[in-house]
Amino acid sequence: MSTEFDVVVIGAGPGGYVAAIRASQLGLKTAIIERENLGGICLNWGCIPTKALLKSGEIYEQLSHLGGYGLSVEKASFDFGKIIERSRGVAKQMSSGIAFLMKKHKIEVVEGEAKLEKGSPSPKVVVALKAGGSRTIQAKTVILASGARARDIPAIGAVSDGDKIWTYRDALAPKAMPKSLVVIGSGAIGIEFASFYRALGAEVTVVEAVDRIMPVEDAEVSKAAQKAFEKRGITFRIGAKVTKVEKTKDGVAVSVEVGGKAETLIAEKCIVAVGIAPNTEGLDAIGLNLDRGHVITGKHGETNVPGLYAIGDAAGPPWLAHKASHEGIHAAEHIAGFKTPHVNSPIPGCTYANPQVASVGLTEAAAKAAGVDVKAGRFPFRVNGKAVAAGETEGFVKTVFDGKTGALIGAHMIGHEVTEMIQGFVTAITLEATEEDLHGIVYAHPTMSEAMHEAALDAYGRVLHI
Amino acid sequence: MSIDILMPALSPTMEEGTLAKWHVKVGDTVKAGDVIAEIETDKATMEVEAVDEGVVEAILVEAGTENVKVNAPIAKLAGEGESPAPPPAKVAPAAEAPKAAAPASAAPAQTAGETAAPAKPAPAAAPTGDRVFASPLARRLASAANLDLKSIPGTGPHGRVVKADVEAAQKGGAPRAAAASPAAAASAPAAAEPRKVQSLEQQGIPAGSYDLVPLDGMRKTIARRLTDSFRDVPHFPLVIDLEIDALLAARAKINHLLEGQGVKVSVNDIIIKAAAVALKRVPEANASYTPEGIALHKHADIAVAVAIDGGLITPIVRAAETKGLAQISAEVKDLAARAKSKKLKPEEFQGGTFSVSNLGMFGIKQFASIINEPQGAIMSVGAGEQRPVVKDGQLAVATVMTVTLTCDHRVVDGAIGAKFLAAFKPLIEEPLTLIV
Repeated sequence: MSTEFDVVVIGAGPGGYVAAIRASQLGLKTAIIERENLGGICLNWGCIPTKALLKSGEIYEQLSHLGGYGLSVEKASFDFGKIIERSRGVAKQMSSGIAFLMKKHKIEVVEGEAKLEKGSPSPKVVVALKAGGSRTIQAKTVILASGARARDIPAIGAVSDGDKIWTYRDALAPKAMPKSLVVIGSGAIGIEFASFYRALGAEVTVVEAVDRIMPVEDAEVSKAAQKAFEKRGITFRIGAKVTKVEKTKDGVAVSVEVGGKAETLIAEKCIVAVGIAPNTEGLDAIGLNLDRGHVITGKHGETNVPGLYAIGDAAGPPWLAHKASHEGIHAAEHIAGFKTPHVNSPIPGCTYANPQVASVGLTEAAAKAAGVDVKAGRFPFRVNGKAVAAGETEGFVKTVFDGKTGALIGAHMIGHEVTEMIQGFVTAITLEATEEDLHGIVYAHPTMSEAMHEAALDAYGRVLHI
Repeated sequence: MSIDILMPALSPTMEEGTLAKWHVKVGDTVKAGDVIAEIETDKATMEVEAVDEGVVEAILVEAGTENVKVNAPIAKLAGEGESPAPPPAKVAPAAEAPKAAAPASAAPAQTAGETAAPAKPAPAAAPTGDRVFASPLARRLASAANLDLKSIPGTGPHGRVVKADVEAAQKGGAPRAAAASPAAAASAPAAAEPRKVQSLEQQGIPAGSYDLVPLDGMRKTIARRLTDSFRDVPHFPLVIDLEIDALLAARAKINHLLEGQGVKVSVNDIIIKAAAVALKRVPEANASYTPEGIALHKHADIAVAVAIDGGLITPIVRAAETKGLAQISAEVKDLAARAKSKKLKPEEFQGGTFSVSNLGMFGIKQFASIINEPQGAIMSVGAGEQRPVVKDGQLAVATVMTVTLTCDHRVVDGAIGAKFLAAFKPLIEEPLTLIV
């Protein structure tokens, strides 16, 4: 059968649209199918609009601390509707940017919902078009970038209704500012919403099943983060099992068990942020191998079905936009026969709460569990000149080295704008830097990044400013 | 492996040309016979056709570049189902030579910006030749594993050697670093110990029950070189007794007669001279093993083991077969004195062809030294002492010295070693023959 396209990408999130651009750059005739908005969850209902909200929250919070800087305002206030409106505007702007990029790269955008059927040389793509009708596309290769959605837990009633029980999506565009909130899950999504709503004055309780918040982070960061959020008035229930989420007349009642003791948390709204479920329903019909819903892929994103690649959230954790984009580029290059060199980049993770948390590589505990002879270093921002001058002394930088080889294997930060700093360590780990490099590199002064230098020095007993 | 597309020669005399135009871009699939580029010389413009099928992986020389050397790689082609590319040779006009592999150029020139003979001892990673691109961690791991970075295929961007490559090489058993070149081996910073040893504590010697002298560079070099040699070189000893009464008498006479000139020849000086003359008579014993063949040295450059503070060093009397005893004596005195004050230049202790080690002054009767790679043999000289000997069926007393020759069996077989000692023996026992 003749093929219409070299590559068809299903899903225009940060994995799919980047894969499409790369495929087009490599001379492949490419189409992309999207059922909702170009840019996917990331641009429309995730990474980007939440950052807009958090910025509003951060500025508002700062207004209450102006005295320390010798400034004052008459009376700080906010218009919740305008905050949400700004966030939606940012999402819209970014999404229309993707439309421009698709046009620029001559990628055909097909609006509709795709289904895969058996086909050759790749699965047949049947699109239920948004405009009505359907279109069947046979391409040489299909890249599945269908993403994921919020996970519900029906067994305990944690199912979003868009009114009292929210997913991230509802929390991004509510009609009114809630007075009180229970957030189930202390991962990046849960913590960011907790931070935003608390900054605007909501009573926020975060429930976490594990014995510490932000469980993927280094234990020291978890501890510091909890302290920092508690200082801002967020309350936590850690090691807490949610047994029931019930809607009441005025809001929700969330029943939890902490250390065998039952408790009911009452709030106006509840955000369920307990992970995601991949959008891979029905794919077993074409014989695709899945593992708990996630597509099983090889190192280039190839699947067991000929001509089908899978990338991003659909292909498994970590569920991060930059991981999806990276896989998308890699898959497109593999399809084009392009030999991608071995770049063994670790995937950083960022949480944009106030304070921010950023990390890459192994935590100290994970490194020790892997049998590494760990050398760890720490440096607090409270003795960093730039941080003191900016009045942003919360947090620290921690480095984890393999004591045997001197390789940097992990870095963990909490503090003001650390999400912009982590890239230095991502680069270092990717380029396989050792402690000699990190000690020898010149760090601009005065910057908060100097704490990165100090943390690397500290791991080897050479810290300068403590 | 990906395929290098080389700058073609448009005529037999063409040495360089201008890459006028590319007809392909990175990512393009080409078939054999496709026109991929245009090349200009002052005489002609010609099209370059692909000879292989594949995807253009990289364009190494931009369109419009002048003075591109013939056989320099200009692009890379990735064949289907092949592993990533080897380190690419980056091409700049004229200044840089084509890859060593280029058949046309018999003697590959040095890369621009690197001088042929660095003034300082070269770093371990790249003693000479092209720079090896490797991550800091890969360098450290290779050095710890005593692997030669140059021998490890890099799979990182631009053929960079990364951690995974070194680990793969360790599993696959890549060629080990050093040892091949004596200069590099002697001047290289010490690599890690060749095998894992248990700590003293693990072996039942409690901490605090000893003083620990840190390993300095010389100790590490001695440890590494001699461990390598003892483990890797198939060595065997040949032992011979020599009567030295005549030699002692000759030495006394020489020293007495030349006292006014300040000459004081030692027994060892005469041994050096005799060994050098014997090596010239049995050149098979003045040899080094290399993977390419056996190197037969034209001169007998005798390395003399000198004990110094913290170790030993082997300064060299060059072309000792051409030198008189007085000169050898003067040179050895000077070298030994400067060895003890650590003022020898690298070329004064690197690269001998044969070694002499003498422990006679300590009363050692006989011993077998470890081969000083890449030399083919080393002579261990014991103390001269009066011993009963049998002469014409009668017991007699003679001053006898036992000499042991440790041979590298890869070059000096038993018969060659014996032949050498047979040539050496009369030179010592009848030192007059040294004059001949």
